[in-house]
Amino acid sequence: MGEVKNTTTSVRVLEGSETGFATTRLDALLGWAKKYSLFQYPFVTACCGMEFMAMASPRFDMARFGAEAPRFSPRQADLLWVVGTISQRQAPALRRIYEQMTDPKYVLAFGTCASCGGFYDNYTTVPGIDKVIPCDVYVPGCPPRPEAVLDGLMLLQDKIARGDRTPAVVKPRFDPAKHGEELLQLQRKGGG
Amino acid sequence: MSKQILDLLQARFPGAILETHSQFGDDTAVVDPAAWLDVAKFLREDPRIDMDMFTDLTAVDYLWQGMVPRFEVVCHLRSLQHGHRIRIKARVGEEDGSGADIASLVPVWKGANWFERETFDMFGVNFVNHPDLRRILMYPEFEGYPLRKDYPAQKYQPLVPFRDVPGKMAPFGPDEGMSFGRQTHDQHAGYANEEAPLPPEA
Amino acid sequence: MEPLDLDISEGELELPSEPMLLNMGPSHPAMHGTVRIVVELSGEVINKADVQIGYLHRGFEKMCERGTWTQVFPYVDRCNYVSPMLNNVGFALAVEKMMGVTVPERCQYYRVALGELARICDHMICNGAMCMELGAFTPFLYLARAREVIWDIFEEETGARVTHSFGRVGGMAAPPTPDFKGMVRAGLARVMQYINDSEKLVLKNRIFLDRLEGVGIISKEDALALGWTGPTLRSTGAAYDVRRSHPYLVYDRLDFDIPVGTTGDNYDRFMCRLEEIRQSYRIIDQVLQQMPDEGPINVEDPRIILPPKGEVYTTIEATIQHFKIVMEGIKVPAGECYSYTEGGNGELGFYMVSDGSGTPYRMRIRPPCFAVTQGLEQLVTGLMIPDIVPTFGSLNMIGGECDH
Repeated sequence: MGEVKNTTTSVRVLEGSETGFATTRLDALLGWAKKYSLFQYPFVTACCGMEFMAMASPRFDMARFGAEAPRFSPRQADLLWVVGTISQRQAPALRRIYEQMTDPKYVLAFGTCASCGGFYDNYTTVPGIDKVIPCDVYVPGCPPRPEAVLDGLMLLQDKIARGDRTPAVVKPRFDPAKHGEELLQLQRKGGG
Repeated sequence: MSKQILDLLQARFPGAILETHSQFGDDTAVVDPAAWLDVAKFLREDPRIDMDMFTDLTAVDYLWQGMVPRFEVVCHLRSLQHGHRIRIKARVGEEDGSGADIASLVPVWKGANWFERETFDMFGVNFVNHPDLRRILMYPEFEGYPLRKDYPAQKYQPLVPFRDVPGKMAPFGPDEGMSFGRQTHDQHAGYANEEAPLPPEA
Repeated sequence: MEPLDLDISEGELELPSEPMLLNMGPSHPAMHGTVRIVVELSGEVINKADVQIGYLHRGFEKMCERGTWTQVFPYVDRCNYVSPMLNNVGFALAVEKMMGVTVPERCQYYRVALGELARICDHMICNGAMCMELGAFTPFLYLARAREVIWDIFEEETGARVTHSFGRVGGMAAPPTPDFKGMVRAGLARVMQYINDSEKLVLKNRIFLDRLEGVGIISKEDALALGWTGPTLRSTGAAYDVRRSHPYLVYDRLDFDIPVGTTGDNYDRFMCRLEEIRQSYRIIDQVLQQMPDEGPINVEDPRIILPPKGEVYTTIEATIQHFKIVMEGIKVPAGECYSYTEGGNGELGFYMVSDGSGTPYRMRIRPPCFAVTQGLEQLVTGLMIPDIVPTFGSLNMIGGECDH
């Protein structure tokens, strides 16, 4: 019985019999399968819906990530996109939709309003959907660029594959504050 | 042109037009609330005026300016044929004990329906003889009238109790996830408010 | 062959049915935006419809009373998020009307050009979404692609794709980029191509036309009394367009037509929007010819306009001026004012009360959608359930604007 020395994945190829077979951990296999077959339920309320349209349309093309098919019934979906501001009046509907979804279910907060209420901190707005339902990935931006959302989707896929349910935030991959010198050079190059 | 409307109104309702002015090019007549419906009917039906486009209806709360009838119901009208506009206002208040009551304009323009519901929802002005005076923007369980100056802007009335999960802000650093409120610019009272159930970690 | 039910009279075939309540929304896939319609049905015919809005009420008016006049711009942007630039321009004009300020000519042309680009976006998305809801997905994809072309122009000019916050009282945040005109010309040529392509896909489709023609009819008088404005009013035959009736900016120098409909049904509303896209294209074409390449974009008034950044960092006067404008806000004379422009859906009005300070005392937005959505109840009564979808789509209710 040999074992492939591959510590990064949990796949093992077992030899010794006539054909040989591979084993893997069931949850890793499931995670891999879930990762590329996200059936989404778009809960679109406000401005971010415009960027959501852009994301679903050909230029940014969400379909590349296996998250193409929108399900218009929460019972058939496993990824809930909360796109836009959730008002106090809307919150019961959101909660109900979340409860109707079957496990495994993931929630992606699209935009600042869904993440923390944004600049509408007043009597009518829920300050972030995590006050009402648990949330997996937050994508900040008002509205976020489609690239940022795709980054969030990839982050979610990564978390699904790892089986990690702690919330995560999409952050810029490049922090200008930490790379002041490079930024200056870029500016010099661009500005001539 | 539209100055003539004010003159016509003055001539037709000598006692009910309390004052008129034309600030920034908008002709305004302040009407006695008792004559509100009559003035509206006159504006709609008189062929020289013929205000057939119902444009807008709202209210202003003059609490901070200390005006005694507290609210001013403001209505904007336009005529498609003549192209002129007018603003009519009526002052109502609840200080005098009668409540903020005013006649509904739905019999004259049916478009007034939702605008009056909204004004009722936001200010609590009661439109008498309105066919369907319910809240429109807020939910029926909401208490108080949010656009009144004495309603604190941040007073939540959640329909769903907020979750209380201590660790849920995990991805955020100490500075992230704070609300973007304009605390520094809020000169008027009512921002901090003890009754409001603030979010658990705030 | 004789039909079997020959001797049954017409009425007997109807199944007996009790009125049924059906709840559509607030998050219904066929509803763009968040609205709830409680319909009372008899069979499939709608007896009564109760349209409930407010699911996207974000307290616009309350928020405006808490910041300076300039800080209203981001909120205005998010009112009509399909055409934010029109709202930006509308609000800037409203405050300028109160202050008695007229922006330089170059800025006026610039505002018109950006505003009309936003109008094209608005109408494209409305028509595209309507097609999509009726099952024609491809036109929507074409139009969404065309919108990206316009958004690229906006991004180049303002830095943001959707919510620009680009207007300022007394001007714009930045002058046009050097290749603004070339970019718009090249972009619009592509956009018009997409529009022509998408139009060919639906306008000869029998199913599509059958669901639009003769559905959701409203008379001119009713539309006026309901407070309708914009394309929905014009589809009934009333030629009221703020750009023509009360010209602002440079619209009186531009040559454009106002398309009107005849019957006021869904088809007329669809076609009015389609034609307005073409008219906006004409307007932009003229603007690009007439717009001066040189000249100031902002008014020369130190009380309104922030000083150049270079001076702020080097001179004390400019620092003080900057500080005063940012911290205290622009002082708007006391009084009340109603200003109106043609937004994406009709007359976008701002009724403002100022107490002379840097903060609006009362800011009222008169959203065109609000009045238009109010008419939905009347439109769908007597129709069937599937007719709600195109009728609602043709009204173009924008949640942020309708619910304030």
